[in-house]
Amino acid sequence: MASETDFLLAVEGLTVSFDGFKAVNDLSFYVDQNEIHVIIGPNGAGKTTVLDLICGRTKATGGSIRFRNQELTAMKEHQIVKAGVGRKFQTPSIYDDLTVFENLEISYPRGRTVFGALAFKRDAAVRDRVEEIAETIFLSDHLEQRAEYLSHGQKQWLEIGMLLIQDPELLMLDEPVAGMSVNERKKTAELLNKIIRNRSVLVIEHDMKFVEDIAHRVTVLHQGKILSEGSMERVKADPKVVEVYLGH
Amino acid sequence: MKISVRNSAPRRATGELMGVALLALLILIVLPLGLDGFRLNMVGKYLTYAFVALGLVLCWGSAGILSLGQGIFFGLGGYCMAMFLKLEASSPEATKIQSTPGIPDFMDWNQLTELPWFWEPFHSLPFTLLAVVAVPSLLAFIVGLAMFKRRVGGVYFAIITQAFAAILTILIVGQQGYTGGINGITDLRTLNGWDIRTDGAKQVLYFVNAALLIGAVLLCLFVRHSKLGRILVALRDKEDRVRFSGYDVANFKIFVFCFAAALSAVGGAMFTLQVGFMSPSFVGIVPSIEMVIYCAVGGRLSLLGAVYGTLLVNWAKTLLSESFPELWLFAMGALFIGVVMVFPNGLAGLYQQYVAPRLARLFPRAVPRVGEVIPPPTAAE
Repeated sequence: MASETDFLLAVEGLTVSFDGFKAVNDLSFYVDQNEIHVIIGPNGAGKTTVLDLICGRTKATGGSIRFRNQELTAMKEHQIVKAGVGRKFQTPSIYDDLTVFENLEISYPRGRTVFGALAFKRDAAVRDRVEEIAETIFLSDHLEQRAEYLSHGQKQWLEIGMLLIQDPELLMLDEPVAGMSVNERKKTAELLNKIIRNRSVLVIEHDMKFVEDIAHRVTVLHQGKILSEGSMERVKADPKVVEVYLGH
Repeated sequence: MKISVRNSAPRRATGELMGVALLALLILIVLPLGLDGFRLNMVGKYLTYAFVALGLVLCWGSAGILSLGQGIFFGLGGYCMAMFLKLEASSPEATKIQSTPGIPDFMDWNQLTELPWFWEPFHSLPFTLLAVVAVPSLLAFIVGLAMFKRRVGGVYFAIITQAFAAILTILIVGQQGYTGGINGITDLRTLNGWDIRTDGAKQVLYFVNAALLIGAVLLCLFVRHSKLGRILVALRDKEDRVRFSGYDVANFKIFVFCFAAALSAVGGAMFTLQVGFMSPSFVGIVPSIEMVIYCAVGGRLSLLGAVYGTLLVNWAKTLLSESFPELWLFAMGALFIGVVMVFPNGLAGLYQQYVAPRLARLFPRAVPRVGEVIPPPTAAE
């Protein structure tokens, strides 16, 4: 089938159809090592579906997704996570009933089997790592607080922290700054710039200012297909993109 | 602002252990001293249901998996025990008036002339004790595997467990020659030669049961305080997040379902020993739902609450049925509505809300806590 590539993530000919409707249609794109790749596009363009396909939440109808030349379409969700792909959901997806510490601890990549979880000990390595991550995501003072009581922005950071603690090679973020205040947005950009070292990030975002700040490469999706791809300047100058997306 | 992570967990554990000690004091010392043999045996019977309620706290309260078929496992555990006792009571000498001596009486009445193959291993006590836990766990494993791997959950799972409870009841009633039918397995006499019908034996069995229950509470506490316990709460809340954090969610659900089944089965076996028979009336839909109500009244998020809830509901049931038998079902219905509408976290929730703060003011240093109440996102599922 597909040949060996140097790309971290190679999506080729990816298609998914829901009852005949092709939400993603023959899509191909690549994510390099240490690249921040942003996907933009109007509502319903299939952006979130692409992330769903990569992380195994939705099964592809056709095409291939290879991560370090491993085929992801044949793997289960938890295997994809273990392979090194982390995914943040659009709405903050955290465990409301647990504390911030426990939220991060569950994401710590050890004791992921039933009996591993029974035997899991909260040792110094776990505590240090949780505290380290909590500092990165500005939540050091909230470790014992129930996650339910965090602000919207803090919840988003917590979920990013839950991914960071797994140290994924590819981090997928679905609208990380949606619904954030200006101040929180600035801090999030700072956070993202800090965490992108030694990993690739695939981001879906609507906030153009934010995209300009962080993107190395931009893919514009429209009706499940690629409309344009390249640097932010190139994409912005593309008349097709202006017409369907940026124009309004 | 920053609270040390290292200190709060042990303190919480101490509080819970004090709660367990209080329960042990109540069921191992206070009740045996205060009640006559007949009433004590009744409490012993109630306490066997508490095993089911404990399992439901983990399965339903923690993990959000509502099973309306726990009677299946209670019944299977009880039946395994009853088969052994029945075989012992059916020695060739004791049954020599039958046309086929040496087989249980109901088989003889149903024109069976030899012991069915699946009864044979129940001549052995070690096998029986193993089977009490293994048979229900295995069934729970198969049902769990079939359901959770296909991501069947919520209401659909509850309905399917209910269907299983109905199927098992019909099977037991229909296969009278093999199971004793609607009457169940009755006239049980001795356990390895020890007469379980005497008052002395009933007392011993009460204490064995109570001690096992305390052990079960401690085991459940261990599971809850392990990371697995927190994962169960996490998957009740955001199943996808757990899945995309690298866990095979189905395995955790299967585990907790099997664990609850095994606990229920131990309760069922102790029921058979103390009450002296087992019948399909403890297997079907109605008893299964009653067991859920015990857990709900006590507080489905609290292990100790579930035990107290079981005791209280059964005690009320006995009192009401003795004086106004026809009222009990209405009372039960009212209780269920009350729990759902007024106090969704049951007695333990009321304790946490009203009693614990006052106790904390009176005794600032140590307060026994009736488990930890974590309000789930929705009141009723």
